[in-house]
Amino acid sequence: MHVLAVDTSTPATAAAVLDVSDTAVTVVSEHRVVDARAHGESLSPLIAKALAEAGIAPGDLAAIVAGVGPGPFTGLRVGLVTAAAMGHALVVPTYGVCSLDALGAGTNGRVLAATDARRREVYWAVYDNGERVEGPSVDKPADLSLDGVDTAIGDGALLYAEVLGVEVGEEPRYPVLRALVEVAADRVRASAVGELLTPLYLRRPDATPPPGVVVT
Amino acid sequence: MSNEPLVLGIETSCDETGVGIVRGHTLLADAVATSVDQHARFGGVVPEVASRAHLEAMVPTVQRALDDAGVTLDDVDAIAVTAGPGLAGALLVGVAAAKAYALAAGKPIYGVNHLSAHIAVDTLENGPIPAPALGLLVSGGHSSLLLVEDLAGRVVQLGATIDDAAGEAYDKVARLLGMPFPGGPPIDRAARDGDAGAITFPRGLTAHRDMEKHRYDFSFSGLKTAVARWVEARQRAGETVPVNDVAASFQEAVCDVLTRKAVAAAKDHGIDTILLGGGVAANTRLRSMAVERCEKAGIRVRVPRPGLCTDNGAMVAALGSHLVAANVEPSDLGIPADSALPVELVSMVRHEARAL
Repeated sequence: MHVLAVDTSTPATAAAVLDVSDTAVTVVSEHRVVDARAHGESLSPLIAKALAEAGIAPGDLAAIVAGVGPGPFTGLRVGLVTAAAMGHALVVPTYGVCSLDALGAGTNGRVLAATDARRREVYWAVYDNGERVEGPSVDKPADLSLDGVDTAIGDGALLYAEVLGVEVGEEPRYPVLRALVEVAADRVRASAVGELLTPLYLRRPDATPPPGVVVT
Repeated sequence: MSNEPLVLGIETSCDETGVGIVRGHTLLADAVATSVDQHARFGGVVPEVASRAHLEAMVPTVQRALDDAGVTLDDVDAIAVTAGPGLAGALLVGVAAAKAYALAAGKPIYGVNHLSAHIAVDTLENGPIPAPALGLLVSGGHSSLLLVEDLAGRVVQLGATIDDAAGEAYDKVARLLGMPFPGGPPIDRAARDGDAGAITFPRGLTAHRDMEKHRYDFSFSGLKTAVARWVEARQRAGETVPVNDVAASFQEAVCDVLTRKAVAAAKDHGIDTILLGGGVAANTRLRSMAVERCEKAGIRVRVPRPGLCTDNGAMVAALGSHLVAANVEPSDLGIPADSALPVELVSMVRHEARAL
């Protein structure tokens, strides 16, 4: 069955069509643009391209899998509202997966997955043989306790490699859509009930009530 | 009847998630979810709070509009969406959603201008708009005088506020007077029991010299400050602030300038129809003063009902329907949300770099 996957939790806007069989998840077509300010412009054209290249119509999709972050809010919402609206229009289930899992799931040993959270912080999680054991959280790189962590991956890890003091892999830098769908594959195969795509914001909106405001 | 375009419109430029459906000039659905309550304690719209609310409300509001109209997405001929101007992050949620619906359902998409949509909504109640017409658009984010030569593509801004929007001044004065956000409705209510002639507040940009340089522009920042100074002086003197009189006198100053300049612009351009739109057009004093002054000047004034003056999806659908009927080229899926979309761009065809 064909599945659409999208992730906009990092500067990369990514869309792919994948085939989920009983035993495997295979990428049929995949497109990506790296531009932290262009998620809104890029995503729908990338989806259209991925569908065309896969030779299928939107109506042929059986499910949509979206990375729910954590990630910078504005871009993240583009991916989630796109996935939710397409799921609504096509009447197919949508499944959310933590975007860091698309870096850490399937890794061996103890691995830190970290993406750039701006403001000198990273969104991070720790994986033990591919299973998330800590996070997702947002913190300053120097504040992470990396006991037993062998390697780190993700653009956040690359950005703060010196502070982290562990071996940092060059790739993958951004969430891997095949890995994202692997995490949701059992739900896809079972045609499980879809879920509301709720972003992992991890931070509150920056706003404080000014003095003298009347609330009724 | 059935060959008139059926258009679904999405609006997310501020704190209202609006989804409207129209067929031709007939309103079929106008579903609105608002996050206004979440902004009240901040005394103004918080962009991130608004954006979060848009994401949550989008799919349910689209479904509600489809249910209300008794149509399916397949029935729809086109999707229209506010591409700007407005809050960048808020606009983006609507634009991304509209693209996704258009892509999934195989429909054309029209990224349209929020200000022109405020003008177009009047077609749902009062039919086609004569050309040329003058638009007076007043809301929390805008105060503009528009020359509408052709709603499908030729709209020119004659003037706009050079500082605060009129609605913004209402919010700030309301806060000063201990009234809740948004300030329009409570000031309008208080003003009914006040004397509009009690205090003479300044009329921005109406002095002789200003009328040469800023004939069609507005300024409400000085008015807001004048109200603050006046109230502070009473408080310092230990006097009770006559809240109703302040509200009425402030409101009179705002409406006086808005209607005076609109009538002048219409006369200057030989226009016989003024269209009022935007959230402040729901204000009872602005409506009555506009009618009064336009009648005297022999100008017809058209105002949608208050519920269609504030931001909604029906206005976006109304403009979309007009564009479809006028055979305007749809937008491509690569269009951006443009927080500073110029008035002159009624709809966006593709993503083009434009001079800022």
